Amino acid sequence: MSLTESFRRRTAPQLHVGNKFRSLPKSARWSIGAIIIAACYFTPYWPDVPVLGWIVDTPGTSFENVLTDQIMMFILVALGLNVVVGFAGLLDLGYVGFYAVGAYTTAVMTSGQFSWPWIAAMPLSILMAMIAGVVLGTPTLRLRGDYLAIVTLGFGEIIRITANNSDWLGGPRGINKIARPPSFGPFEFSVLNAKPYWYLGFTVILIVIFVLTRLENSRVGRAWAAVREDEDAAELMGVNTFKFKLWAFAIGAAIGGLAGALYASKVGFVNPDNFQLQLSILFLAAVVLGGTGSMYGVIMGGILVAWIPERFRGFDTRRYFVFGVVLVLVMVFRPQGIIPRRTAAAGISGKEESE
Amino acid sequence: MRDWLIYRTFWDLTVSGVALGLIYALVALGYTMVYGVLRLINFAHSEIFMVGTFGVLISLTQVFGINLFEDGEYPYRSGIVLVLILLGSTVAAMVVSGAGAVVLERTAYRPLRGAGDTFGAVVLAFLTGLIASFLFTDSMMTNLMIAAVITGPLAVVYVRIFRKGRQAPRLAFLISAIGASMAMAEAVATWGPDERVVYKTPRVLEKKVLFNFFGADVRIDYVIVAFGAILMMTALLLFVNRTRLGRGIRAVAQDAETARILGVNVNSVILVTFLLGGAMAGGAAMMFTLVYDQTRFNIGFLLGVKSFTAAVLGGIGNIKGALLGGIVLGLAENYGSSIFGGQWKDVIAFIVLLVVLMFRPTGILGESLGKARV
Amino acid sequence: MKKSNLLRAGAVLVSLSFVVTACGGSDDAASDTTAPAATTCESPVASIALQFPETGDAANLGAPMLKGATLAINEFNAANPDACVTLKTFDTQGDPAKAPGVAQSVIDDATILGLIGPGFSGESLAALPLYDEAGLATITGSATNATIQDQGFKVFHRILANDAVQGPAVAKYIAETLKPASVGIIDDASDYGKGLADAVKAAAGKSVVATDSIDPKAADFSAAVSKMKDANPEVIFFGGYYGEAAKLSTQLRDAGVESTLVFGDGVKDQAGYADAAGPAAEGALIACPCKDGSADFAAAWQAANNEVPGTYGAEYYDAANVLLNIIKAGAKDRAAVLAAVKAYDAPGITKQIKFTANGEATEASTIYMYKVTDGKITYVADIK
Repeated sequence: MSLTESFRRRTAPQLHVGNKFRSLPKSARWSIGAIIIAACYFTPYWPDVPVLGWIVDTPGTSFENVLTDQIMMFILVALGLNVVVGFAGLLDLGYVGFYAVGAYTTAVMTSGQFSWPWIAAMPLSILMAMIAGVVLGTPTLRLRGDYLAIVTLGFGEIIRITANNSDWLGGPRGINKIARPPSFGPFEFSVLNAKPYWYLGFTVILIVIFVLTRLENSRVGRAWAAVREDEDAAELMGVNTFKFKLWAFAIGAAIGGLAGALYASKVGFVNPDNFQLQLSILFLAAVVLGGTGSMYGVIMGGILVAWIPERFRGFDTRRYFVFGVVLVLVMVFRPQGIIPRRTAAAGISGKEESE
Repeated sequence: MRDWLIYRTFWDLTVSGVALGLIYALVALGYTMVYGVLRLINFAHSEIFMVGTFGVLISLTQVFGINLFEDGEYPYRSGIVLVLILLGSTVAAMVVSGAGAVVLERTAYRPLRGAGDTFGAVVLAFLTGLIASFLFTDSMMTNLMIAAVITGPLAVVYVRIFRKGRQAPRLAFLISAIGASMAMAEAVATWGPDERVVYKTPRVLEKKVLFNFFGADVRIDYVIVAFGAILMMTALLLFVNRTRLGRGIRAVAQDAETARILGVNVNSVILVTFLLGGAMAGGAAMMFTLVYDQTRFNIGFLLGVKSFTAAVLGGIGNIKGALLGGIVLGLAENYGSSIFGGQWKDVIAFIVLLVVLMFRPTGILGESLGKARV
Repeated sequence: MKKSNLLRAGAVLVSLSFVVTACGGSDDAASDTTAPAATTCESPVASIALQFPETGDAANLGAPMLKGATLAINEFNAANPDACVTLKTFDTQGDPAKAPGVAQSVIDDATILGLIGPGFSGESLAALPLYDEAGLATITGSATNATIQDQGFKVFHRILANDAVQGPAVAKYIAETLKPASVGIIDDASDYGKGLADAVKAAAGKSVVATDSIDPKAADFSAAVSKMKDANPEVIFFGGYYGEAAKLSTQLRDAGVESTLVFGDGVKDQAGYADAAGPAAEGALIACPCKDGSADFAAAWQAANNEVPGTYGAEYYDAANVLLNIIKAGAKDRAAVLAAVKAYDAPGITKQIKFTANGEATEASTIYMYKVTDGKITYVADIK
């Protein structure tokens, strides 16, 4: 019995907005949703809107690119990592490894000797990341809690170091001339126009949200919740915990690989330094800051973690100090995250996870 | 076989591997003790080590007034002066690290346990005021003044919130620790006199070769590291096993709730645990600067990851496990680098960890701070 | 319960709002962060941008870039008060992921006519496609990766020799001047360090008796040191930066390895290498495509920053001056500046500055050899 377990557990303060929204008639919910989605598609134009623009715009760097290169990636990655950490309750400190596998797969396949189109390389990136998830998960998922954390951390580092020391992956020099997605209709993926990446990326994010929502409310989701709340009890009840944990790893990894494929194509260049251990930690910070297990929470977390340091460029060298203090403050005053998980969604009890 | 590099340099690698491993082990103690008591990774422990190295630097250059070089040569000292300088700097490092650990626990951890107090509220309020003040001015003096003015009223608000607090989920502790470590490292990087560059520490100890061990030179700094580390660990073991407070630590590690009911002041036990872990990190900081003569704002991160790996390898929560894990990791890194090349060092370290955990899922010696014996 | 939630939310709001208003207020400070001690420019005719790692792990390598460029700007503005130019700095942390956003915002600022940088090769590869598209001339004084120009960027210019020139030159110097029977080679597994070490290794051929890589973030290099001690080569070449070079030199000497140490340009830093390693640095040879600036330059740097010029400081000073001279000569838009950079042919403090069609410096075949003597990095010879 550890100290953390023995303390009284707290229930998250409910956000009344969410409940009110759910009590609206279906048509109203649909139209509000549609308006929000439409507004999000126009995010690249937000800096031009009065007041809103003053809040969101990033001085010293282009908001459009911050949106596509960082915010978009962090949202996707946070959604993927949330499957592992939030849904299945597995602490993963090496998630950047899957992101790297996805990015490198796209990089290798679309540049140099292979020259595949991006659209063909992307599914392969997802597949490779998924395979990496299974390969890592099979031997390690029998480990509990923090043992898993340090092993996954090691995995992330192994991927980076291997890329750094493999000539066919470009070594430390990395890979450039990575293909862009094909143009569709009026949207051309060009160097000076990042907007189409957002339209593509946001669509991908919507699809991921849709799939994950379905998954969370399915048998798989309930099994994850059981594993998260009490693994031994779940095992006794006949849940094949290993299988479901492996699923969580594979699905999380696939989303990470997808984000990596988008990243490689957008920036057009990858090298091992892009996949440092610190990035894994920022990914995890995004998930927990936003609200572990809460889909909209982790999206918010991803946005904030990517956006705050860019918004704070005015603080110069002090901005990571500010970022660190903000992390502590948010955790101290909102330990469940900015938008906490709805406890009912766990389907088991009002208890918050302690493991 | 005799032609193999590993064979020819085996004892060399062993000596330096053990020295590095002992430093890992001392830092690992901080992870392991906090883990034993709180069941959480004290992610900011690496920065506790880092501030300790700066404690050594300040002690050597400011308190003892030693320059980096004297006429282009190392500022060697000898005899009783040397002993005093080394002991003084060790104490300085332990004080700085210990104090850092205590501030960390009361600011970034205790509020999350729902037991936040005035001290943590004041520190957090001050930090809030400080980052708010960056808005108005870049002058540090003005920033500090604004922060000081805001601290009072804001701390009152924070304390009131703390009073209502309850236990936070475990991941919140992790992120709070990550935030704290980022803030500590960046504070040193931003406001240290040399900012982000490497700080050299004066070398007061001439690194003479003391004796030859199967053809490997054993230098005096390695011997001091070995003796110091063993001494500190023995002291820690005795403290945990023989004293009243140590019994409190074991009780809380075993079952915090029962310990609380039986009258153990859980919060002060946790504080002592952090203090001890910090002091060990301070000792490690002294050994580190003794061997490598330098420090930097980000020096803790990688060493912290390695030390945590060492703690897990030996069995996290287990003091002897930290020692064993540190040495195994230090040796594995050295032998592995020699066989496969230095660029694969970390890969080897993590593969060793993975293999050990496959066969012994709770580390070589298993978890144990609370269980039966230490 | 309700009250506590309110209070809690209030506290979060208070802390966050501080933060949000804080960054709002510093908008203008961010977009044109002027360098320390930059003289104010009342009515600028144009501005030039500097893209470099101001923060992050590599910030110490970025500092001399800013100081060099600032020095050039300040001297120019003091001499031309009526037609002064602003320096706008853009921080990438050396991170390719942040480079496109920064590049876009450089491009969006119509007052910017040219760019000095990018500081590193990785950020160059991520940012150059954007600059190329926008036709904004760039002059780097530090990104020495030889493969950058594989993509044929038309705006790219490099004011110093790339790694493909430096490696063989160092190997040649080792072979012809030092004439060692055996060479040991260590690299830091970085883009720059490994590239350079591989070039030296290829050129040195059979005399190489031991090679190893180190992890630059680690503090302990004992495996590599043991290897070198065992092989005991007459010369050890290390490809990497000065921080690791100082650590490595100290650890090699402590272990009793007495080989001659040879380094590349990343080590040519008085404070970072020679001062830091002290006795262990004595006698080390450092090759660099960079030349010490004039005595005037060193004095001006000393006056402005109270230190000796840092690595690439002189290159960034020169690069800034190229753009400043072009703007002074009347170039009013980016196309004109780009054309003028391509046609530029004038002396700088490091060399006669003129670019090939490929954007490489014409006078970049010469590597200069320096030696640490009595704790100071001093020039010894040209390697042609």
